[in-house]
Amino acid sequence: MPADIDGLSLSFWILAVVTVGAAVAVVATRNIFRAAIYLVLSFVTIAALYLTLSAEFLAAVQILIYAGAIAVLLIFGIMLTREQRAGSPSGRLSFPALGVAGLVAFALTFVILGSRWNVSQAPLPADNTVAIADALFNQFVLPFELASVLLLAAIIGAIVLVRGSKE
Amino acid sequence: MTVGLQHYLVLSAVLFSIGFYGAISKRNAVVILMSLEIMLNAVNITLVALSRYVTPVAMTGQVFAIFVMTVAAAEAALGLAIIIAIYRSRETVDVEKIDLMKW
Repeated sequence: MPADIDGLSLSFWILAVVTVGAAVAVVATRNIFRAAIYLVLSFVTIAALYLTLSAEFLAAVQILIYAGAIAVLLIFGIMLTREQRAGSPSGRLSFPALGVAGLVAFALTFVILGSRWNVSQAPLPADNTVAIADALFNQFVLPFELASVLLLAAIIGAIVLVRGSKE
Repeated sequence: MTVGLQHYLVLSAVLFSIGFYGAISKRNAVVILMSLEIMLNAVNITLVALSRYVTPVAMTGQVFAIFVMTVAAAEAALGLAIIIAIYRSRETVDVEKIDLMKW
């Protein structure tokens, strides 16, 4: 490890290793409950990665929505479909999928490292949350309202789907 | 070497590929949903990293990440509702056995 490594880089490397390890565990483990717990771990470390990118508001939202709501939803789904005994085996496409996923990772990394990125040196806004609110409620107010309609449609759709047959 | 934009982008590419592998290879529908969430999270990391390093003044990338999270929440709720409905009628969430519409 080089001597001039700073705190931000160190935390990035730790978080990156934990995130990738947890994601690999999600797809590698055969126990679905453990997969869900590893998924929560990766959600939390991704929230910490947002903090290293100075996106505090998104880190909070990540914890609330992903580690809170979606994780609970997934665990409910696991319990309601009682297939823990079967576990999460890989299907027939396992080896081709591994090859294609490796190819995708290689191609993306090749393109990312080969491109010239216009990294801006402009200073960050003083308050992340204020800047996001400003963008969300001025520039993106119509998509924001549409998102609420989408959520309403999802709620109604989910209720209708799981309501079951009459009586 | 300090951590920069490309570190975050490569990390996100690796996460995306892991999620892609899980979504294609797994047989349990709930685990496929989990893999989809990993892929969406990888895309969010890309958006936030580009927002931080390329357009630090405009918050466009972070606002997009919020919208992706909204869609992910809706997708998780509806996906699980569909999986539970299928489980009720066919007693399985194994996607290789859910082949009613397979030609």
